[in-house]
Amino acid sequence: MSAGPLSPAALRKTALYGVHRQLGAKMVDFGGWDMPVEYSGITAEHMAVRTAVGLFDVSHMGDIQFRGPGSLAAIQALSMNDASKLADGQAQYSAMLYPQGTFVDDVLVHKFSSNDYLLVINAGTREKDYQWIRSQVGSFAGVHISDYSDYYTQLAIQGPRAQDTLSKLTKVDLSTVKNYWFTWGTVCDLPNVLIARTGYTGEDGFEIYIPSDEPTSARVWQEVMEAGKPFGLLPCGLGARNTLRLEAAMALYGHEISEDISLLESGLERFSKLGKSDFLGSQALLAAQPPKRKLVGLEMIERGIARDGYKVLNLQGEAVGYVTSGSPSPYLKKNIALAYVPVALTAPGTEVAVEVRGNPVKAKVVPTPFYRRAKKPVEKPV
Amino acid sequence: MAYPASYRYTKEHEWIEAGGKIGKVGITDYAQNTLGDIVFVDLPKVGTSLERGKVFGSVESVKAVSDLYSPVTGIVTEVNEELAAAPEKINSDAHGAWLLKVELADAKEVDGLLNAEDYEKFVKEETH
Repeated sequence: MSAGPLSPAALRKTALYGVHRQLGAKMVDFGGWDMPVEYSGITAEHMAVRTAVGLFDVSHMGDIQFRGPGSLAAIQALSMNDASKLADGQAQYSAMLYPQGTFVDDVLVHKFSSNDYLLVINAGTREKDYQWIRSQVGSFAGVHISDYSDYYTQLAIQGPRAQDTLSKLTKVDLSTVKNYWFTWGTVCDLPNVLIARTGYTGEDGFEIYIPSDEPTSARVWQEVMEAGKPFGLLPCGLGARNTLRLEAAMALYGHEISEDISLLESGLERFSKLGKSDFLGSQALLAAQPPKRKLVGLEMIERGIARDGYKVLNLQGEAVGYVTSGSPSPYLKKNIALAYVPVALTAPGTEVAVEVRGNPVKAKVVPTPFYRRAKKPVEKPV
Repeated sequence: MAYPASYRYTKEHEWIEAGGKIGKVGITDYAQNTLGDIVFVDLPKVGTSLERGKVFGSVESVKAVSDLYSPVTGIVTEVNEELAAAPEKINSDAHGAWLLKVELADAKEVDGLLNAEDYEKFVKEETH
């Protein structure tokens, strides 16, 4: 096992650190945070989310609040998606770009009201994002920007039984909260808890934001564990979080997106709205040449596992790309990966190879996502 | 966890059960626990030469790849074919799920490895 660059004492901890240790979690350094990677095993945890319900501590994520009448203008300048389309209580996936069209971070934009927005950002980029936001829009009129990251313990409850689980802990009718929408309500006797139907697993689920003091965080964690127990709830770590999001082909900063990767290469163009007002990166995107490489899904067809950073080879054995994220897929029981390859090799069915510790192992390009959850037959009407 | 007294161990967490010219090689319970769910085993073919301390294959879990270092010098005589389809057997019984059998070049080489007690001490120090 390799050690992170910081000694364990220097790693940051969430309010639930003690709980994770008590549960016997294996811990790992994730972006400077001492986080649980697994409790009972990545495969079991992954399958719990796909078939029942899993509970994640994602408090390491960051939370930036925008308040004031100038909030929308500031966000529209920073964010590539069109926040003016959001209704109160609605969230959207977006990203902040550098002027050259590459990624600062991906982000979930929540509209509380026209004077109040919340951006949820990645753990590893918290400080960078906040500094970026302040430097780019900090002097915009009528907006006050605050870093609330340490105020919240954020729990993700994910899986087909997530609603059943959380419903036991709140009087809010969760069936009225649609995908990528949110509300507030009393949860575990805590008033005004933000309850969002969002997540990073490709399953139905919720994320709740509660006060970050240790006793409250531990109590709510325990209540969720107990509420979910009859449905087979398992606590889940970052290991399963990664395999779940990979199956759903969701981007991870530093892998599929980064400051060296252009929006046009990443496959996330549908989340950018070049038709709205100018935003950071929009000029570069409008002027850009077609990309030479694009992100594709790969499925190994010979025996071997493609992993982060492995080279992708063409059939002549030349290195032409690389794997951004790769792993066994516990649900699909295949070895899958996301990779940047030359545009000529992006058609589904194209055969390539991945260099696995010196040896070429055949793979084929497949459509993404690798996994899509079954739609419920009848959705509750708007 | 009890480490079988008849085995010898390396600091890279392999074990060898050698009673004579042929030794069985595997990874320890500590190793399988550290790795997590094992999903893939990459082993050399029968007839391959092994050199003590050199990498001879790898074991992969969902999250990680771990090189396998040969505890002894010799020739591979048999490979455990079961593990290709059922690598999780290593998780459930690390000290029983042998990876390969090796014909030792020098039967005395195992004397230089850790015994069960020393290995257990070594593991305790690692986990501090």
